[in-house]
Amino acid sequence: MAVLEVTSANFEKEVLQSDRPVLADFYANWCGPCKMLRPILEEISDDRQDVKVVSIDIDEEDELAEEYEVSAIPCVVLFKNGAEADRSVGLKPREALEELL
Amino acid sequence: MYDIIVIGAGPAGMTAAIYARRAAKTVLVLEALSYGGQIINTPDIENYPAAAHVSGYDFATNVYNQAKNLGAEFRFEKALEIVDRGEDKLVRTKKNEYTARAVIIATGSANRKLGVENEDRLVGRGISYCATCDGAFYRKKTVAVVGGGNTALEDALYLSDVADKVYLIHRRDSFRGEEASAALLKERENVEFVLNSTVKELHFEKKLNAVTVVDKSGAERKIEVDGLFVAVGRTPENQSFSSVIELDGAGYALSGEDCRTKTEGVFVAGDNRKKEVRQLVTAAADGAVAATAAVNYINKK
Repeated sequence: MAVLEVTSANFEKEVLQSDRPVLADFYANWCGPCKMLRPILEEISDDRQDVKVVSIDIDEEDELAEEYEVSAIPCVVLFKNGAEADRSVGLKPREALEELL
Repeated sequence: MYDIIVIGAGPAGMTAAIYARRAAKTVLVLEALSYGGQIINTPDIENYPAAAHVSGYDFATNVYNQAKNLGAEFRFEKALEIVDRGEDKLVRTKKNEYTARAVIIATGSANRKLGVENEDRLVGRGISYCATCDGAFYRKKTVAVVGGGNTALEDALYLSDVADKVYLIHRRDSFRGEEASAALLKERENVEFVLNSTVKELHFEKKLNAVTVVDKSGAERKIEVDGLFVAVGRTPENQSFSSVIELDGAGYALSGEDCRTKTEGVFVAGDNRKKEVRQLVTAAADGAVAATAAVNYINKK
């Protein structure tokens, strides 16, 4: 499964109300490390049916970025049962992201 | 067995792979994280010949595709150790072992940390090592930059356009960085120099909200900031390989301009090598020199 692009319009439904844990990748198009992280997230999305992976463009969705106090990207926030459970900042190897889970 | 194993897929390592492939050697590039190295953090490269404006990501992707199309093999595994077995070298990763006739170490460097308590837990919560990456989050806010080199000065200049107020904290009273940048900073009304001072403590609740600095006389000052940008230099990533290469006091690999090391068949290239100028173009140059030396070494055997 590909990484689903989420906006404030469907954030509630796709992230907060998800029955699976969600890895939400706050990114920007101008951010090189974010681009490097994307294939790693796609791999996780492809390999793990128990996890949902979404992405949020912080330039378009600045209110979401502010609400979750994102102040460095890439920032991958783990949501469980509608709340933040953990987060990882910066370009990290796959194992580090899976450790969040 | 490969002819050459390159450790690190930054500009030095990938250029080495290109040169080695063009000399018809088999090449494995081992990379711990992603191709590109630290250049991917640069939004706009302006000083590379024939590429007046290119993003670090695009540059890295171009070099990666060039190396791949020439037949270099990439594996994303962290090299943990090199064993010199004379005729060949063994490179160990977490899961695998690879052998080659020659190894080029092009592991680059990592951000040096301040070494203040709670620094790690505040990364992404007020602490950053990259002003151009994270500066935009501090629009109209108060930030501090720590350091006195070019990166610190450039970071402070960049941030002074974005943030309301920028403190520049430096342990000496003069800067190592270019005078032109320091002069520009002095003209900025929203930049305050905090000299002869080091960061002693980080204050936070959920996020960083202040730092305590201490000056040479021992006097302390608490400064309220939303962000702290650490620009105190870089640390070469050579430690795992100290059995086959000689390191200087700062951890840089000693070699001549020919990129040879104390171990026959082991070469170093790029920012982890002791040298005067660490730039994209000198990293690429090292890659070419080290690969050529490795190819000659193999051919003479």
